[in-house]
Amino acid sequence: MPFLFKLLLKNAFRHKLRTALTLVGLVVALSAFGLLRTIVDAWYAGVEASSSTRLVSRSAISLTFPLPLSYVQRLKGVEGVSGVSWANWFGGIYITERNFFPQFAVEPASYLALYPEYKLKDEERLAFIRDRQGCVVGRKLADKFGWKIGDQIPLRGTIYPGTWTFTVRGIWDGAEAKTDESQLLFHWGLLNESLRKRAAKRADAVGVYIVGINEPQNAAAISQRIDAQFKNSLAETLTETESAFQLSFVSMSEAILVAVQAVSYIIVIIIMAVMANTMTMTARERLAEYATLKALGFGPGFVARLLFGESLMIALVGGALGLALTLPIAGAFAAAAGTLFPVFQVSELTMALQMLAALVVGSVAAAWPAWKMSRIDIVQGLRHVA
Amino acid sequence: MKAVPLSYIARNLWVRRVTTLLTAGGMALVIYVFATVLMMSEGIRRTLVDTGQADNVIVLRKGAGAEINSGVGRGAAAIVESLPGIATDAEGRALFSKEPVVLNNLPKRGSGKPSNVTVRGTSELALQLRPKVKMLEGRMFRPGSSEIVTGRAIAEGFQGAGLGETLRFAGRDWLVVGVFDAGRSGFDSEIWGDSEQMMQAFRREAFSTLVFRLQDASQFEAVKAAIEADPRLQLEAKPEIRFYAEQSEALATFISILGTSLSVIFSIGAIVGAMITMFAAVASRIGEIGTLRALGFRRGAVLVAFLLEAMLLSLVGGLIGLAGAAFMQAVNISTTNFQTFAELAFQFQLTPAIAVKTLVFALFMGFVGGFIPAWRAARLKIVDCLRAA
Repeated sequence: MPFLFKLLLKNAFRHKLRTALTLVGLVVALSAFGLLRTIVDAWYAGVEASSSTRLVSRSAISLTFPLPLSYVQRLKGVEGVSGVSWANWFGGIYITERNFFPQFAVEPASYLALYPEYKLKDEERLAFIRDRQGCVVGRKLADKFGWKIGDQIPLRGTIYPGTWTFTVRGIWDGAEAKTDESQLLFHWGLLNESLRKRAAKRADAVGVYIVGINEPQNAAAISQRIDAQFKNSLAETLTETESAFQLSFVSMSEAILVAVQAVSYIIVIIIMAVMANTMTMTARERLAEYATLKALGFGPGFVARLLFGESLMIALVGGALGLALTLPIAGAFAAAAGTLFPVFQVSELTMALQMLAALVVGSVAAAWPAWKMSRIDIVQGLRHVA
Repeated sequence: MKAVPLSYIARNLWVRRVTTLLTAGGMALVIYVFATVLMMSEGIRRTLVDTGQADNVIVLRKGAGAEINSGVGRGAAAIVESLPGIATDAEGRALFSKEPVVLNNLPKRGSGKPSNVTVRGTSELALQLRPKVKMLEGRMFRPGSSEIVTGRAIAEGFQGAGLGETLRFAGRDWLVVGVFDAGRSGFDSEIWGDSEQMMQAFRREAFSTLVFRLQDASQFEAVKAAIEADPRLQLEAKPEIRFYAEQSEALATFISILGTSLSVIFSIGAIVGAMITMFAAVASRIGEIGTLRALGFRRGAVLVAFLLEAMLLSLVGGLIGLAGAAFMQAVNISTTNFQTFAELAFQFQLTPAIAVKTLVFALFMGFVGGFIPAWRAARLKIVDCLRAA
């Protein structure tokens, strides 16, 4: 066995330049594969981060239709509901459109109570609740724009016209890596007062209700109870778990996600072609050697093992290097993309799939040459000059 | 300087068929991805640009950016309607439409997954205002009724949106009385109904946009100035064509940036493949190279010969990839445009510019992959070569 291994090692690095080039190809392909899978994962991050103890109630028509504020009390009365808060999507622009990040007008005390994973210091939480002009932001967002507590943040409204300025009263840290730290929350009351003055008909309107429940296993029943409450009213509701709500956003861009996923497999096929080419060339050049081995009494299985072993060795070294490179590349990508992806982490499944891809590439690439070489005719092979 | 004949170069590729095919196959895949992405972003752009009509003007609330963010009160709408320069039809009615635009969350056929569909309230003049839209089946909705007509992509893609079916939203059942074809523009992904009926059903106080035809496209500046000068109006006017082009910007740019960066990463793999193949080609033909040089071919000729071989290889890959991508034109896809937050159906569009760009990219990969091996071949000494053979 050590003899076979030594032979494999010598064979693999006989053609240094070719092996090096193949390795470069493998490393690029496998790290790209890992990066693409991570991008797809990042898209689903909102779903992963959602809590099973929260339901989201929105207008049955679509998210762009508001619900009346008067639903708060009726929601609180529904059996199984432990807390109710609400949020409006603000859609403001910070300096330019490129600086996109989500902003929500929320009812502060109840909202923060429903989102315990947003870790705020007690004094910051109180300062936010007390200041109508205040806002709280996630750590990642604050770092991106260099905001500190006390800074003024001007946002240009698209849905709610005018320029709105908020004072940072707190910066939250996520309880877990998957927690969203790229949002800005401010007082719903401030928004509503301004609407009352300027566009009274748009006032007292809520984008979505966040409903806290104690027992996740009753989520379906509670959702039905809520929707039944408002059936056949002017504003019917559609209540779903937070993860289903988040998933409905992801499925909207499904076509793009499917394309990215398909592309991540295409790159594995490309590298398979490159690797197969390398192995075919290698085998052709060593025709005479294999014939000699066979003449010495080694069986066809030995020749096949030699080729498979060499191919797998190169593929696995490439795979390991690619895997090692994926982490820093993903880190750099996350830094460049900023708040576009709230969470960007290479999952263990991705790493496992990368190694699996390397394994598959290595064995598929060797299959055809191994089959051919194990069947060569000794006499012809010896006569052949590479 | 005498050049090495092209037939010699081509035949060399043929002799090593398996290797040539594998290398070209890798390149073909890269080119396929590159071309499809360009076609996709072109398709989105074309679909939305086609949606606009050259002499139509769209009026939105200042800074709204998209139709669903916008609001235009009845008073403001009446002021705009009375501006001079608006075209009229044969019966003297102004070609002017006050449109509420809302998003409606409807389940798709088959998967049942919900997606946002644009529902537009308009008038019976809609077909005159947008001449590209033609009724495909059934008839136009009757004013003042709960009837709707649906775009081709919606009728095919969403539950209850086909001819004769009913959709339930905003507390009413809406009967689909017609399906229209909008010539592969954005309207194919919309539902149209009577403007006033929609306003009541959705309890809206304000329209989303105003759309009107100009008597003469050159009057746009005058109309725009009149709207902006009026202190009662917090509105902005845009040529419809430009408005829809802006709606495609984010998604088309996103796809082309994503795709181009992917293609560049992929091309490294394919270039490495070409390089391996060409190095092997040089190594196995050392004797031939020596003979060529001894016959009087210069170093430059040998360099060009191997470079051309690499580029021919990549051209084969490029053509295969492009042919594969061309088939994608038959595929209809739809996704959510994140700028409007609504479903948009479109097709892959192959243009001559894309074909040229793709083939240039393929040749570039061949050039980069082939240069170092060709350089090495050209640098070999005649004596060494002949001795090696």
